[in-house]
Amino acid sequence: MYRERDLATKVLQGIRKLDPGRRVKFMHVCGSHEVTITKYGLRSLLPDWIEVISGPGCPVCVTAATEIGEAVELARRGTFITTFGDMFRVPGPKGSLAEAKTDGADVRIVYGAADAVEVARRNPGREVVHVAIGFETTAPTTAAEVLREPPKNFSLLTCHRLIPPAMGFLLASGETALDGFICPGHVSTIIGSRPYEPLSKRFRVPQVIAGFEPIDVLLGIWMLLKQLMEGRREVEIEYTRSVRRDGNALAQQKMAQVFRVVDKKWRGFPVIPSSALELKPEFERYDARKKHDIRAMEAADFTKGCRCGEVLRGLIYPHECPLFGRVCTPEHPVGPCAVTTEGACNIAMKHKPAKI
Amino acid sequence: MCLAIPGKVLKIDGQTATVDFGGVRREVRLDLLTSAREGSYVIVHVGYAIQTLDEKEARKILRSWKGVAWGGVLA
Repeated sequence: MYRERDLATKVLQGIRKLDPGRRVKFMHVCGSHEVTITKYGLRSLLPDWIEVISGPGCPVCVTAATEIGEAVELARRGTFITTFGDMFRVPGPKGSLAEAKTDGADVRIVYGAADAVEVARRNPGREVVHVAIGFETTAPTTAAEVLREPPKNFSLLTCHRLIPPAMGFLLASGETALDGFICPGHVSTIIGSRPYEPLSKRFRVPQVIAGFEPIDVLLGIWMLLKQLMEGRREVEIEYTRSVRRDGNALAQQKMAQVFRVVDKKWRGFPVIPSSALELKPEFERYDARKKHDIRAMEAADFTKGCRCGEVLRGLIYPHECPLFGRVCTPEHPVGPCAVTTEGACNIAMKHKPAKI
Repeated sequence: MCLAIPGKVLKIDGQTATVDFGGVRREVRLDLLTSAREGSYVIVHVGYAIQTLDEKEARKILRSWKGVAWGGVLA
């Protein structure tokens, strides 16, 4: 239903009729949106005056190089590391987890935090550290596992980050002029639409929470244009089948019970205030950084020449990086955006869009 | 990473549900969702149900969008 050609054609006609007589630039902040947009060639269907650029919507990509370094150090010290698949090959200051595994370290890819806890249960003699990455969609699942009291040999390297503060940071920085945000559907399934409302008020920016089928994204763009035309600047929901204004209250409550909000550096960004989660003091026993005494290390975010930082801040498209597709490929990635299936560079190389 | 897929709840046993994803069955945690019922559709992320899929709402928005498109309001 959400892929019907006739409906898509009609929505595109509607989009063309809302031409404001100038260029407009929208940003999405979700790797899954980038997959839909590139896979279905939506950019080539949209009129020339609409630009849709990818922002910091890939949790693996925005995990700081220092955090990858911490995970690799733990792995090389003999700790059993569990992580989501996309994290496995991301380069850090001491190489990637994949390279550590090649050298004999125990690194296991898991589907979710529950599987990581299971690894700890089955290996009572080993220290197991789960690299907990992800935005608000994933953080409650980590919280739920902590509340189920995992075994003593289990701990977390928390790298969870929050999306609205990063959007606010981009708007406040003024690096790029944005006419609207396509907000992420599953982050918003958890947090609802309320947390975005202050951004619309403060920066006079329209926002639409969209789903992940091609027509969801096109409708989201149509709704943004409609807001611009009518002079409205608010948060609307297109993905109503999953997103409610208040989100999932139980998930929010578990997240708040386990985590506190902290300032944190994102890869490609400076420190963003109130943009990440760390375990509260009462759950310190599950904090791998405290338990295993990891030294904070200085590390550059990117190899020389890699422009992932600008891709993540929505300043350039992947093909504008001189390494793209030549030196840097999904098989031999230089930067994180080429590694993961949600990174803009990886998606662009995989689907080879007709038009950027 | 925030990928979440819909599936149908076949059976609920305490905090765990058996969910059918178009023929593939998997155990799913219900710690984050109290509204799941046998027969309902849930959206699942990394092994946790995070929301019930509102079929009525889904049909409503499609209908209204189709109405909008065909009725010329989009025009």
